[in-house]
Amino acid sequence: MTNTTEIDPAATPAGKPPPRRRRRRGSGWEGLIYVLPAAALVIVFFMIPLGMTIWMSLHKWPLMGKPRWIGLDNYSRMLGDRDFWGALGFTAQYTLAATVGLLGVALILALMVERPSRGVALYRTAYFLPVVTGFASASLLWAWLSNVDSGLFSPLAQMLGLTAQPVNILATFGPAFWSVTIMVVWKMAGFYMVILMSGLQSIPTDYIEAARIDGAKAHQRFRYITLPLVRRPFALALILCVSGSMLAFDQFYIILSGGPQNRTVTAVYYIFNESFVSFRLGYGSALSVVLLAILMVLSAIQLRLLRDRRES
Amino acid sequence: MSSATMDPAVRAPVRARGRGRIRYHRLLFHVTAVLVALLFLAPIFWVVAASFRTPAESGQPPLPPWPTQGFSIDSYLRLEKFGQSILHYSGNSLFVAVGTAALTIVVSTLAGYGFSRFRFPLKGLVFLLILATIMVPFQSILTPLFLLLAKLGLQNTLIGLVLIYTTLQLPFSVFMMRNAFDAVPREIEEAARIDGVKGVRMLVQVMGPLVLPGVVTVGLFAFLNAWNEFLAALVLLTDQSKFTLPVLMTAVRSGRFGSIDWGAVQAGVTVMMIPCLILFLILQRSYIRGLTAGAVK
Repeated sequence: MTNTTEIDPAATPAGKPPPRRRRRRGSGWEGLIYVLPAAALVIVFFMIPLGMTIWMSLHKWPLMGKPRWIGLDNYSRMLGDRDFWGALGFTAQYTLAATVGLLGVALILALMVERPSRGVALYRTAYFLPVVTGFASASLLWAWLSNVDSGLFSPLAQMLGLTAQPVNILATFGPAFWSVTIMVVWKMAGFYMVILMSGLQSIPTDYIEAARIDGAKAHQRFRYITLPLVRRPFALALILCVSGSMLAFDQFYIILSGGPQNRTVTAVYYIFNESFVSFRLGYGSALSVVLLAILMVLSAIQLRLLRDRRES
Repeated sequence: MSSATMDPAVRAPVRARGRGRIRYHRLLFHVTAVLVALLFLAPIFWVVAASFRTPAESGQPPLPPWPTQGFSIDSYLRLEKFGQSILHYSGNSLFVAVGTAALTIVVSTLAGYGFSRFRFPLKGLVFLLILATIMVPFQSILTPLFLLLAKLGLQNTLIGLVLIYTTLQLPFSVFMMRNAFDAVPREIEEAARIDGVKGVRMLVQVMGPLVLPGVVTVGLFAFLNAWNEFLAALVLLTDQSKFTLPVLMTAVRSGRFGSIDWGAVQAGVTVMMIPCLILFLILQRSYIRGLTAGAVK
């Protein structure tokens, strides 16, 4: 198999092998034909809609009837839209809680199952299983478990004597918020565990061993060797977690329907309502553009922060 | 520092004393790990077990979760009350998920091959274009997608959903397949070329088996994401007979005439979760490979 290159008739007879042999047939338009379907899909179902979002955001665009150019009116209206800023504020609050909870739990899990030993593969699988179930199924499951009459949490608390009466945890903001956050931690911790684990495993065992021999305690080894070296996967986990949480929709729509008192409407949920419940498509697009800009800025900041600290 | 130069004879007693403690630590570790594992598995077990209770029991708190008045699949049958049978909606979901997986595999394999083995005008730009879409959350382009599908005559069709889901899979999948092709030695292709293999036959018969792990990973992610996707399906499907499982089950969960059939919800959640769990358990390696490939790069 290896010596076939020598008898390749296309190989130059000069004895010196050509720098890149494959160019013989790979320099024309043939390659473009192979990538064309992918490029076409991305252009039609991504680039055009992205352009349309910006275009539509400059219009008053009802579902029926003619769109009307209104320039930046949607954006100026947005500045005074307290409900939208409220939704963004709530999204930020949720993002903070979910990110701290998820990355904290994920790091503990990753440290637990990082080294292969007996049983560890099974533990990893168990912690990861909720990840593959999908947000809609997990949310429906949680909606049932949180239900006051037919669910699990309230009757269980009563049975254990923690509460005297049935408690509807979805009826007040605090418990409802934490119930959803716990659901997300349960569902997604395994995902971030794997990302952090791949970072932990890339640390050469020599480093840890050397520190151990030097008498470093477990927490010192973690602080001074593990932590600085997992910055890259940690940055990735942080960015995925923040942008994922900023785009939360399924869990709040399914479990809480935005309630109690419309206080758990996230940014995407608010855009969904504007675009597809009230059919203010232009205004929904303007909000989408702003949300997109916020996410871009957030990702850029996180990348910058984590890179700078790494270099210093 | 000092222990590195320690005399082995001095260290020996320390070791012996430590062994008991290490065994104790191992035990403590395993007990904790098992308890945490049970905590993670409990909700899944709870809903699957509860879905087989009788109608009378299904509205009761799941303590214990398993059927105590006899095994029943009535919860699954009751889903029929919401339009058509659960099989119909599972069929919709399956069509979307398999369609997305198949289309993603074909499109991303072609593109991965093209990007790995050919040079052509605008190559860098096109690659960047495809990868850059991962930066833009699809939630922000949903409003125009809704209009675009209507223009193309694809509103309210499962095909339209397949095309959108496939597009969303492309950045990850094309990247994955390009790397898979890059890892194949060029000598193999050249040997096949001397044997007269050309074009698509080369891709399918010679390269295909060599990039199969990548194909499985790409297909698995596409299937699971399409099977579980909720928001786009909710927005783009308005005709109840076209609903995928997540959209149907949300309607079931909102209840009708003021009452919610929790037994039906349990059954629906089970139907949605089981295929994902089975696929993952069979193809765990491919799944984790996909995840870490994204993380390392």
